[in-house]
Amino acid sequence: MDNKNIENIIKLSDDLRWNIGNDFHDSLAEGIYADASSIVEETVSTGSQKSRATLDAKIDRIVTSRTWGFPIMFLLLALVLWLTIIGANYPSSFLSWLFLDTMHPALKTLATGINMPWWLNGFLIDGVYLAVAWVIAVMLPPMAIFFPLFTLMEDFGYLPRVAFNLDYLFKKSGAHGKQALTMSMGFGCNAAGVVATRIIDSPRERLVAIITNNFSLCNGRWPTQILIATIFVGAVVPQYLAGFASLAAVIGIALLGIFFMFFTSWALSKTVLKGEVSTFNLELPPYRPPRFWKTIYTSLIDRTLIVLWRAVVFAAPAGAVIWLISNIQIGGESIAAIMINSFDGFGWLIGLNGVILLAYIVAIPANEIVIPTILMLTVLVTGTSGGAGAGVMFEADSALATGEILKAGGWTLLTAINLMLFSLLHNPCSTTIYTIYKETKSVKWTTVATVLPIIMGLVITFLVAQIWRLF
Amino acid sequence: METKVGSACETCTVFNAKGLKKLGVNTDNFDFVVALAGNPNTGKSTVFNALTGLKQHTGNWPGKTVTRAEGAFVYNEQKFKLIDLPGTYSLLSTSEDEEVARNFILFGKPSVTIIVVDASRIERNLNLVLQILEITDRAVLCLNLMDEARRNNIVVDERSLARKLGIPVVATSARFNQGIPELIQTVSELANGKIECKPHRIKNIPPAIEKAVSKLSREIEKVYPGIANSRWIAFRLLEGDEQIKEALRSGEFV
Repeated sequence: MDNKNIENIIKLSDDLRWNIGNDFHDSLAEGIYADASSIVEETVSTGSQKSRATLDAKIDRIVTSRTWGFPIMFLLLALVLWLTIIGANYPSSFLSWLFLDTMHPALKTLATGINMPWWLNGFLIDGVYLAVAWVIAVMLPPMAIFFPLFTLMEDFGYLPRVAFNLDYLFKKSGAHGKQALTMSMGFGCNAAGVVATRIIDSPRERLVAIITNNFSLCNGRWPTQILIATIFVGAVVPQYLAGFASLAAVIGIALLGIFFMFFTSWALSKTVLKGEVSTFNLELPPYRPPRFWKTIYTSLIDRTLIVLWRAVVFAAPAGAVIWLISNIQIGGESIAAIMINSFDGFGWLIGLNGVILLAYIVAIPANEIVIPTILMLTVLVTGTSGGAGAGVMFEADSALATGEILKAGGWTLLTAINLMLFSLLHNPCSTTIYTIYKETKSVKWTTVATVLPIIMGLVITFLVAQIWRLF
Repeated sequence: METKVGSACETCTVFNAKGLKKLGVNTDNFDFVVALAGNPNTGKSTVFNALTGLKQHTGNWPGKTVTRAEGAFVYNEQKFKLIDLPGTYSLLSTSEDEEVARNFILFGKPSVTIIVVDASRIERNLNLVLQILEITDRAVLCLNLMDEARRNNIVVDERSLARKLGIPVVATSARFNQGIPELIQTVSELANGKIECKPHRIKNIPPAIEKAVSKLSREIEKVYPGIANSRWIAFRLLEGDEQIKEALRSGEFV
């Protein structure tokens, strides 16, 4: 009964649309603006509007200027990294004293006291417990510094300015300007960065943003970069330059990641993801003084603890696997040793070694445990004293001791540089891969996002190794 | 039968704030649905957190809320489910965000829509407000970021604004929890029908178009008597919005 009336209404609307002409949409919009301005005229009074609006404009003129925009971005990035590196040292050494030097022996004594079988004792305490403890000791301090600093900048309103500065480069590379925001989120966590790409409407540009997010060095990889740079890069320059050189190396790797992100975006949008760059409005929000303590609190709860918990969940089984492959023997050799030997040739080709490759396989679930795995495996195959025994992850007392172990394992500056490169250019962690699948609902694009960085990493490390050996 | 006489205290929002219980994500068995709409970066998520006690991540960049967040609170033993919609500048174009926001206000039929605006940028924000008021007749204007407006020497005559818009206006600074009790009280009164809205209708439309709109909306009201947003449906039909045609056929508005 009603259906006929409704069809009539729709018919009527079609007829009327012809009568009123083409400018309906504009007329309506203009009507709304006219109403809005008449309402505001009668209800809102603006006093002397100079105070803050001009202060905002002044800040913007500096931080988004052609001359100062980029240097200020790099300086802020360097400052955040520097505070993270320096600040994390002290709590890190306290936590490793607590969990590794104190709790671990205590647990061992307890286990022996209750006559726990050696394999269960080793599996639980040397495998699972140590992996978890190491991840907490190494991850918690830098995260607890990095995330709040990042959140403070976010609350202050700096991120949209970064997007503004980088917009031109994104446009040139065929990507959406908002990718600057998702890229920045990726510096915290790639999985979070991938989720944040929902702010990009166009499916093409969103895919570009998802696939290239992995080039943002994430929180799980910062500690690897920082540690290796401190040991090897810091060691080749005079003492007083060591800190500066290692910081520069880490920032260099981060910038290289940004370069690869632009390059890959450009390559993708010129080949498989062809299309127009969409325009968008980005409102530069007013600068708001962050609510300091509230920000610290929420970023600790929301980001730090959630990411830490994830790392713990992945570290526990990984610790178990490491202990098992180091202790199960086939023909007189542990599985780990067999795998390392078979990877060594290929590892040499790309300037790495079998230990590093095996560590990356074990650490697919979470990048955070790459370094402890490498240390443990190095000790296992080289038989350096100082380690705690087969399959026991440990933390060397200082960066110096770590360096000694690695050098005994045949490491050179080339190994270190290629490890830093490979840490930047390899597959995303399992959480990110799963997130990419959830967001794209496509096996194809998930595979591309996973395999593409590995291929790039292998090519780059191979080239670096060959060129290095020429000289 | 004994009727309890409400004392001055009991009708005061400060007193009634004690009747508030923040429920976080527990959104089962609600009495009312409340939508949170507004321009990007006006502090919707902050208002959302202040109402529900949740700690949804907030940030000073437009477009931060990418998914629809849900939360709940109980006020005077009635349970309100709160939906944080993505921020949009308008409901007239077809971006994904605008569709999510528009469809929820239209088809989700919230009992109350809280429209969050930036008190320092009212004129620009009103564009969206006036569009929402064509869709729903139960809304409250949350004049947020009042602290910033004060710093910018902007003075808003809240009572005239409420009269012009035909909906209640509550001034808040959600970051500092100011005005939130009053907002909750107003939402509750709207949901329970204690406040009647006479929402503003878009006026400055050329006569030819206004005639077409009235004609269409009269026809729509014949089919769906008492419908609040016949004019808005007419706007969309004149624009040739296929989704609205479909909804009209299936009667999803009612």
